[in-house]
Amino acid sequence: MRSLAVRRRREWALAYALVIPALVIFAVFTFYPFIQNFKLALYQNPPYPGLPSHFVGLSQVTSTLTSTSFLQSLESTFEFVLLVVPIGLFGGLMLALAAHKKLKGMAIYQVIFSSTVVSSVAVAAVVFGTLMDPVVGLLPWLGLNPHPAILSNPTWALPAVAVIAIWQFLGLSFIIMTAGLQSMPEEVLEAARLDGARAPTMFFRVTIPLLSPTIFFGLVIGTIYAFQSFGQIDILIGPQNAAFTHTNVLLYYVYTALSVQNNPGLAAVLSIVLFVILLSVTLLQFRFLERRVHYASN
Amino acid sequence: MAKVLFEGVSKRFGDVAAVDQLDLEIADGELLVLLGPSGCGKTTALRMVAGLEEVSDGSLSIGDDVVNDVDPKDRDVAMVFQSYALYPHMTVARNIEFPLRQQRMDAAERTAKVAEAAGTLGLGELLDRKPGQLSGGQRQRVALARAIVRDPKVFLMDEPLSNLDAKLRVQTRADIVSLQRRLGTTTIYVTHDQVEAMTMGHRIAVMQGGKLQQVAPPEELYERPANTFVAAFLGSPGMNLLEAERVGDKLITPAGEINVPEHLSAVLDGPVTLGIRPEGLHLSTSGLAGTILLVEMLGAETQVHCSLEGGATVVVRQGHDAQRPTLGDPVVVGVDAAALHAFGPDGTRVAGT
Repeated sequence: MRSLAVRRRREWALAYALVIPALVIFAVFTFYPFIQNFKLALYQNPPYPGLPSHFVGLSQVTSTLTSTSFLQSLESTFEFVLLVVPIGLFGGLMLALAAHKKLKGMAIYQVIFSSTVVSSVAVAAVVFGTLMDPVVGLLPWLGLNPHPAILSNPTWALPAVAVIAIWQFLGLSFIIMTAGLQSMPEEVLEAARLDGARAPTMFFRVTIPLLSPTIFFGLVIGTIYAFQSFGQIDILIGPQNAAFTHTNVLLYYVYTALSVQNNPGLAAVLSIVLFVILLSVTLLQFRFLERRVHYASN
Repeated sequence: MAKVLFEGVSKRFGDVAAVDQLDLEIADGELLVLLGPSGCGKTTALRMVAGLEEVSDGSLSIGDDVVNDVDPKDRDVAMVFQSYALYPHMTVARNIEFPLRQQRMDAAERTAKVAEAAGTLGLGELLDRKPGQLSGGQRQRVALARAIVRDPKVFLMDEPLSNLDAKLRVQTRADIVSLQRRLGTTTIYVTHDQVEAMTMGHRIAVMQGGKLQQVAPPEELYERPANTFVAAFLGSPGMNLLEAERVGDKLITPAGEINVPEHLSAVLDGPVTLGIRPEGLHLSTSGLAGTILLVEMLGAETQVHCSLEGGATVVVRQGHDAQRPTLGDPVVVGVDAAALHAFGPDGTRVAGT
């Protein structure tokens, strides 16, 4: 009996020894900064670098949350997310349905459709930036020439950036939807065909409900992805752009607050807000949408 | 209700013929069992009737119409799948109702039909449940209710009992048979389980390698198998097969001689494959020599596996009260020669027997 106890203790010791390196790294690079960030939010920085910051308590939080630029940023963020997630999910689903056929050469399409997920943000931004260029781009070639140019146009800059994010999300969305379609119980679809279901009924009453766990997963992943989009805006718009205030989504605002305005306190408040929003959106999705999801069971 | 007719029907996947030149007529109101080992083409044949597989060659008719190119939804056939294939997001009532909704039937009539089908299968209490909340047997009954509710021309059943436990399987087997006899709907039932086939089918069609081996009522299939495959496949265990040669009035096997029985004496000549059911063999003092390989006690009977001299293995069925032999002992197997079947070198039954 004693040897069993000794062995068990040794196993525990080994387990802790294996976990500790990871814990240390997380503690130093994730947990500590996370907590420090809350502290930072309570201190205000003077407008000139090098001077000591001073404790202001929650007043910096309230002033930030009521500021025009924050509200504008919040609006842009939600507009961006509401463009990227539904269109990205729907597009991915359509591509997945198109490629979910037992035809020769379909693997090539599957590779093409999923390829956007491995292309880098920078490459995508430069390619689309060129396409949207007012001189050499696609629109002048089509004879359209909005003024000001799309990427500095307050109305069109955000949708234009969203297009790039959608394009990149399509690959992931396609992969998720394809995985969902492939794990769908084939016999249920066949039963529906024999039961006399026509194409629209098949799609809305059978395929979509059976796919709902996948769509739900895509929704959570897509929402997080959209909230964290950064590269496209940084590369194509940037803080000097005329349309900047309309594309200044929260994550980008965090960045400009810190590196353009040199204001760590503001950046800390904004990142807490972003964290709270992402956490609550995800929790809300789980709380309310998951109930409507049908997990197939055998 | 309608007959189903296969005329030279083939299904090829690339170079492989899953079903090869199938000719088969299923009469109106008949329950025909398609029986065979896995991969024999029985499920493919069934799926062609459903329209889930295209017919590569030949002509397939339901009633008087050739349905080769008819869409599944327009064939008016209902299928019960091995996995039940219920709609997991719908209640039992909605599952049963689904085919009726597709026919644009009005609500009052739908409700009445659902209630009737649910009543027939004893699902009245479960109408508001989702499939995930049901046991395997209950799901199976929902799948049956969904099939019978719209009164189709043909029922197609693809191993519907194989996911049930043994006891429930026996019960449901009887339920399906009585349901089918009562509704009188033409039914094609696919199974690899010969007990199901023997107990359920009006006729059984045995398939192997995509080819139809024999189609006959259960008794005839058991008593007059058309070839060695059917002989060995049916029965548990299947028929014992022994290579022999006729010389004069003796059948010579490596393990000993058997007198040529009267019913075979006119038709046998030269080499022959003898078939004998386990109940046609007994442990004896004269017959074929061998040793005891395995003794399986099954309750009412005991199956004695014997290795005969010359390499063949036979199974002897012993009654409950017989003395059980010991493993490894030498043994002599007596043959009830009147029960012998004879198959030619190509494996087919010798004509006139």
